[in-house]
Amino acid sequence: MRLTPKSVTLLALVVLIALSPIFFPSGFYYRIGALIFVNALAVTGIVILTGWAGQISLGHAGFAGIGAYACALAPVHWGIHPALAVVLGAAISAVLAWLVGRPILRLKGYYLAVASLGMGILISMVLNNERELTRGPDGIDVAELGLRGVLKDAGLDLSNGQFWYFFCGIVLILGAWLALNLRDSATGRALRALHGSEVAAKTVGMDVARLKLQAFVISAVYASVAGSLLALQNKFITPDVAGFMHSVEMVTMAVLGGVGSVAGAIFGAAVLTLLPQVLTVFAEYEQLVLGAVMVLVMIFLREGVVPSILRKIRGRGE
Amino acid sequence: MSELLQFLLSGVTVGAVYALVALGFTIIYNASDVVNFAQGEFVMLGGMITVFTYAAGAPLPLAALVAIVATAALGVAMNKLAIEPARGAPVVSLVIITIGVSIFIRGAAQLVFDKQIHSFPAFSGDDPLRILGATILPQSLWVIGGALAVFVGLWLFFTRTLLGRAVLATSNNRLAAQLVGINTPFVMTLSFALSAGIGALAGVLVTPITMTSYDVGLAFALKGFAAAMLGGMGNPKGALVGGFLLGVLEGLTAGYLSSQYKDAAAFIVILGVLFFLPQGLFGRKSTDRV
Repeated sequence: MRLTPKSVTLLALVVLIALSPIFFPSGFYYRIGALIFVNALAVTGIVILTGWAGQISLGHAGFAGIGAYACALAPVHWGIHPALAVVLGAAISAVLAWLVGRPILRLKGYYLAVASLGMGILISMVLNNERELTRGPDGIDVAELGLRGVLKDAGLDLSNGQFWYFFCGIVLILGAWLALNLRDSATGRALRALHGSEVAAKTVGMDVARLKLQAFVISAVYASVAGSLLALQNKFITPDVAGFMHSVEMVTMAVLGGVGSVAGAIFGAAVLTLLPQVLTVFAEYEQLVLGAVMVLVMIFLREGVVPSILRKIRGRGE
Repeated sequence: MSELLQFLLSGVTVGAVYALVALGFTIIYNASDVVNFAQGEFVMLGGMITVFTYAAGAPLPLAALVAIVATAALGVAMNKLAIEPARGAPVVSLVIITIGVSIFIRGAAQLVFDKQIHSFPAFSGDDPLRILGATILPQSLWVIGGALAVFVGLWLFFTRTLLGRAVLATSNNRLAAQLVGINTPFVMTLSFALSAGIGALAGVLVTPITMTSYDVGLAFALKGFAAAMLGGMGNPKGALVGGFLLGVLEGLTAGYLSSQYKDAAAFIVILGVLFFLPQGLFGRKSTDRV
């Protein structure tokens, strides 16, 4: 049997997630791993939007903020179980993405970048200013998901770090699997076609605006779920999750790894999540290095690190 | 009445700064189709370099001049090192490059300067002038005058000089401009120098009022961008009007609605413009040839 690139990506991901803990010198690394998975999930959404549909969002952190604060607020105010709050946050993000995207995606050009930028900053402003509801910039506690307790009763006793490592890992595998299936579906092919040439796609009868809108909504849901997972594992969240810099980080991760590929997205998320951990020693240089990395990758590895390397390996292939 | 006038006056002052930033956006956008998110960092550099040169003992006008020239040189360097090598890259890449440059400059500024808030004395003292019961700082007049002077200067440059017309020609059609012998790479360099210099001037003028620190750039970039969108991207008249309009709107929001949400005005304007008049107030409808 010949393996498709899709199964190679998924298989590699499963093996990496399952086997990496063998090399962890301490429990702290589970936490870093879980953070990488959460970021990779959000970035997978960016791949769908930017890599396949060719649209830029500079406000995706806003959706992560909605997902995160849904988990913080819904259990307290409406007595909703945190797991349902994740779904609620995703639903709100999807509706908002649809409302913002519908008029904007009829226009050609970089307008979604601008609109999402405005939307993201408004969301983060509300989270910062509505102190009575969100407790403002100091952040707010988030309820316990409770799944670890259930697993313990069932006889599977994991430390907090281990639980979140494997839980986020499984969600990431699911997310990558869905994205890769979407890529090969009729919608995915249509998306990539319109990225190639919007006019050509329109000529063969594709509803370009609707396709782009679908990609935007789907990617918003990815970001929202990632935000929820972040809030639930930290049991605490601040409005920074919705900040402009977080949106920029997401796009940078995607572009660094290779915005056209899910494997690249995960690689980019891993590198940029690890970078600040390594750079804590030189915390002062963090912004300098991040900015330089962004510029250099865009100039010298336009397709991103992973596709550029793959191309080198395959020679002239593709 | 005097209350309304007061809000309007403070709105016009910040609006003048947004107009200057928006003009900077417009110049680079016209020359290269790049939306330069590092525009706000030029404003920051204008203020910060003046602060430190002045503190080192230079007289204020000289310090301001140093800041403007140094920032313009940095704009040229940005074009040569980050934009030109990426020519032909898709818009996503160019947007990320300019964001990368802005983060880089911010990172460098906190190392070279510091993380403190700084200011220097106003040009013409701090005694407020009274107009119909409202007050205005003399420095505000400098800011407003600066914005208008830059606009008139640019207008003369683009309509009355050969070089300015070469820039206009390049923005209309790069290839055709090249064919008639215009040195388009030089036009790009000039645009970045001009745009960075204007950004720095905005920083010099506004710092005595709002103070400055290494991280003020992002807010200026976003507001200036909103103003440019409001006026119609690529249109200098639109940038000027958009800037003042946005400033006034912000002043009124702060005065009558909520000072916490005064920054929201800019972003609600962005969304409103995109929903209802995507070409901006003065933009022309663009069509694409296939």
